[in-house]
Amino acid sequence: MLLISCPNCGSRDETEFHYGGQAHVAYPENPNELNDREWAEFLFYRDNTKGAFAERWLHSTGCRQWFNMLRDTVTYEIQAVYAMGTPRPAAAPPAAESGTASTAPDSTTTGTAGPSIAATSTATGTASPSTTAPEGATK
Amino acid sequence: MAETAAPKTSPETNLSLRTSPAELLSAAFEAGSVPGTVELREITFLTMVGLRVPRDTDAGERIASVTGGLPTTCGAVSGTGDTSVLWLGPEEFLVVAPSEAHESLGGDLIQALREALGDDAGQVVDLSANRTTFELTGPRSRAVLEKGCSLDLHPRWFKTGTALSTEIGHIPVVLWKTGDESYRIFPRASFAEFLGRWLLDAMREYASPEVP
Repeated sequence: MLLISCPNCGSRDETEFHYGGQAHVAYPENPNELNDREWAEFLFYRDNTKGAFAERWLHSTGCRQWFNMLRDTVTYEIQAVYAMGTPRPAAAPPAAESGTASTAPDSTTTGTAGPSIAATSTATGTASPSTTAPEGATK
Repeated sequence: MAETAAPKTSPETNLSLRTSPAELLSAAFEAGSVPGTVELREITFLTMVGLRVPRDTDAGERIASVTGGLPTTCGAVSGTGDTSVLWLGPEEFLVVAPSEAHESLGGDLIQALREALGDDAGQVVDLSANRTTFELTGPRSRAVLEKGCSLDLHPRWFKTGTALSTEIGHIPVVLWKTGDESYRIFPRASFAEFLGRWLLDAMREYASPEVP
């Protein structure tokens, strides 16, 4: 269960909220000029980010207002809650792989993100050096 | 053509014929209440008006002068006399007033609010039939609610005189703490029977003698 900090109501249970998908998906400026592929990509194609992900949420049982949230899809850590229409705040741990990180100044980040669980480098680094040939390779 | 005479109606007979959403549970509420410990009853036919208006506009100020202020933050309740305004959202409020304030009983609250809004952007909607009102009182009322509500109901956080939208037993309600040991619960009419039975079930253990 996530505890989500609604900008209007404060901290509430996840069950009071509805998920609204990826944030900052802009409506095409000239929808008529899109071909089918581009239109399908606007409608259905969304990032599948590992790490900080900007998404929309609705406090449906509370104030019934939408807001944006920056959430880590691995650790579920909520890094920022900010108003609709404001640019995405910079993710505290570098979100290099998301590709959509904006350079906008961070105005509404509420909490500093905790230590990120970026243990991938150490995990691969300490894996068995595999200097020996696998069993059966000499046959 | 066959005679299609409608039965004679009058405001008085119409009012006597109406049934409240949890009326079928009124006997169960009485039987399930434990006097002095936790008691449940339905308050029927309160006048409720939904307001949607930004507080800082002229229309907002005109409406505030009718209701005796509009609450500013989540949980706040404002109002004068027996008319209260509950905060539901930044621009959304719920006015709760006695039944007599309804225009069918000669009240003028809704009309006054409509006139205060005028032609400005906003809404004044009669929602009296939308929700019903349960009143849960007694020293054990908080324990009953805590079985199905995820809010922190401890008095240090949930103060007397605040109202919050939340869920009780998975039913979306507005929960209003009207006194140290009394709560008003506003479920939608179609959920009233379920929530009434849910609360009765949650209250049942307090009818038995306490296990030492």
